[in-house]
Amino acid sequence: MSDTALAMETEGAPQEKLQSGSGALGRVVKYSAVRLVMLFVTVVVGIYMVVLVANMGGYVDRIRLGSIQQMISLQISQDQSPEMRALSVEERRELIRERVEVEVQRQGLDQPFIVRSFGYLRGAITLDLGFATDMTSDTGSKQVRLILLERLPPTLLMWGVSNLLLFFISLFFGLFLSRKYGSILDRIVIALAPTSSAPGWFYGLFLILIFAAILQVLPFGGMVAAPPPENRIDYALSLLRHLVLPTAAIVISTIFLQTYNFRTFFLIYSTEDYVEMAKAKGLSDREIERRYVLRPVLPTIITQFALTVITLWTGATILETVFNWPGLGRALYQAIGLYDTPVIVGSQVIYAYLLAATVFLLDFIYALVDPRVRIGGEGRTR
Amino acid sequence: MKTLRELLQYPAAAIGLVIITLLILLSVYAMVTIPYSEAIRLWRGGEDVWYHTPKNAAPAWTNWFTTKDLPATIRMRSDDDDVIKTVESASEELTDVIFSFTFDFPYDDFPREISVFFNTRYDRKPPHVSMTWLTPDGREIRVADKSMTQQETYRVSQDSLLQRRLGGALPHQGLFAVDPRAEVLEPLHGTYTLQVEAITFEPESDVDAEMVIYGQVHGIAGTDHRRRDLSIALLWGTPIALGFGLLAAVGTSLIQMIIAAVGTWYGGWVDTLIQRVTEINMVLPFLPILIMIGTFYSKSIFAMLGVVVLLSIFGGGIKTNRAMFLQVKHSPYIEAAQAYGASDARLIRKYLIPRIIPTLLPSLVALVPSFVFLEAALALLGLGDPVLPTWGKVINDAYGNGALYHGHYYWILEPSVLLMIMALAFSLLGFALDRVFNPRLRGM
Repeated sequence: MSDTALAMETEGAPQEKLQSGSGALGRVVKYSAVRLVMLFVTVVVGIYMVVLVANMGGYVDRIRLGSIQQMISLQISQDQSPEMRALSVEERRELIRERVEVEVQRQGLDQPFIVRSFGYLRGAITLDLGFATDMTSDTGSKQVRLILLERLPPTLLMWGVSNLLLFFISLFFGLFLSRKYGSILDRIVIALAPTSSAPGWFYGLFLILIFAAILQVLPFGGMVAAPPPENRIDYALSLLRHLVLPTAAIVISTIFLQTYNFRTFFLIYSTEDYVEMAKAKGLSDREIERRYVLRPVLPTIITQFALTVITLWTGATILETVFNWPGLGRALYQAIGLYDTPVIVGSQVIYAYLLAATVFLLDFIYALVDPRVRIGGEGRTR
Repeated sequence: MKTLRELLQYPAAAIGLVIITLLILLSVYAMVTIPYSEAIRLWRGGEDVWYHTPKNAAPAWTNWFTTKDLPATIRMRSDDDDVIKTVESASEELTDVIFSFTFDFPYDDFPREISVFFNTRYDRKPPHVSMTWLTPDGREIRVADKSMTQQETYRVSQDSLLQRRLGGALPHQGLFAVDPRAEVLEPLHGTYTLQVEAITFEPESDVDAEMVIYGQVHGIAGTDHRRRDLSIALLWGTPIALGFGLLAAVGTSLIQMIIAAVGTWYGGWVDTLIQRVTEINMVLPFLPILIMIGTFYSKSIFAMLGVVVLLSIFGGGIKTNRAMFLQVKHSPYIEAAQAYGASDARLIRKYLIPRIIPTLLPSLVALVPSFVFLEAALALLGLGDPVLPTWGKVINDAYGNGALYHGHYYWILEPSVLLMIMALAFSLLGFALDRVFNPRLRGM
């Protein structure tokens, strides 16, 4: 009889939670909207800082001015038409000066930097990033937006696949290990956890060495075979083959630490007093795990995973360069090599948006799963 | 002391500490034996410094794993003690200068190339030099007859006349072959001699030479595509990597912790401000900005260090710290301390921060590798320090020159293994510290 009484008590608790939960849902929506606006402001401030750093107070403009002058003098000196030959040195110099002026006005270099920077900012936010100075998209366009949007899907593909794999593998693997902690497998994972101190691109080098150079079973890099297969199925298979190594590099570089962390969180939360209490009440292990361990551990797990995800964004740039993956990271690297300011600013903007989207998503999930985090003004009354 | 003893109970910590100590000793050794300016000269000196080492030679210890004994580099000068140089005057003007380079060749494969670097002194008429190659089985091969101007390099391997005389075999192979005209060339073991006879036409005129037979293996670390000895970069990369990693990790962790503690404790607008700045910082793409600064401003490692710390002050660590502080903040012992009237500063210093120091120290140690790898990553993208030799720059060179395609695996493996060792050492120590300072984890 006492058993049922206790069970009823425990049944009562979730119901209360549910009620406060439905009230909280409204707060979550409001909170999310506020967060969205704030994140947008954040992104704007962030992008403006990027514009400032990218232009370093106008120095890049001077470099651009220099290259305009060089280009026009070269054009004129190579122009072998009779009219051009007839011109004297003085006249030619005048012509160069005029043409440079026109070009400077065309590119808007004659305005003061502050004005240009806000112009840049407005353009950057709306992704209207003008034209690249050197780079072109695969379709031949010089529009920065097209160049970058074209590179977005490969990046999202690689990033999404590897992060989803990472999260679910480590969640279930961690849960599995926490159940049988102390086992040989558990110890192996603990022993391997320090290997996660090396980033994905580093494992990428080894994977390329083993699977591409020595065994020659997987490609060195790229996204599809060249020339790309006509058949859709072949294309997908080729894509999959190229996706294996970079994804494996990301997963290998993080999986052991992530599993270890998750497992440790599970273990920590399963030593809490209320879990002992639940055990004393005689609840089944599965029930305890689901209600008293998994639920409270989720916020911690999500915070931890959010940081991992954000770190992985950083690593993607180098990983894409190492694997020749035609994503944003490699575009940025190419743009910097060519001093292509619009593309540089553009890719930082896209990265900023992507990071903001990630932060928002994780914040939203965090707010959903953690009733302790007081939403809005409540938590700050203290 | 107690902590240290406790720490050493973990084999992982002991291994980590031993490796870190060894790396520190290696750094000291590198900085003492090869002073900074010398390291820079050896690494960036140009062809004058590297001319006597082979290109892309594997390290000498690879011979232990191969059945064939690959040749090392043989380098002899005419003013060495074991090279006898005779000067005989044949007439008033003519002088014979004779010296021979005699060396043992016990290897199972051919050298990469052969060059003789001449240094002649004369006023108007350059001396005439003729060279003869003596093989262990008594054959005599005429190598070349020519006038040598002041600083002339005679590249034996590129002498097409000699190649024709050897029946089409590449000179550096044909000269060492049992039979240069055979289908498959076999190297002949034994003592070889390169005899140099020079006739000078002026009384003050003289001839000196240096013979270099470039091997296929070199030194403990091998060489790169520019003939540079990799051991310089590997040795000097150690203090650079250690310094960069430690400074960046300590700088960011401490500042982040203090900011997070203050923000969490005071709450209100302070916390909001810190949170907002952190969020702005979080959407700032860290590496791309670093790349941008590297491209536009400075690639110097110190500038990079500064920017890394600056960008990391409001980094993700603040969120983790804050999450921990938030839990601690509502703990009963803090409420108790507040009840007896402890000041805010005291609460932060004595109650909040000590509570998370245990989690800070392990994460600080574990953070070191990420910064070491960051430096390597920047170098891999071509943004390494322009002057200093670093591990990352070696990987970058290797990667850029297709080391993986061409099978020069040592070139990429050596710096990578060093990076891995350093990273593992710090992260093993970090994990053990985690156990020591987090008693909750001890049983786990």
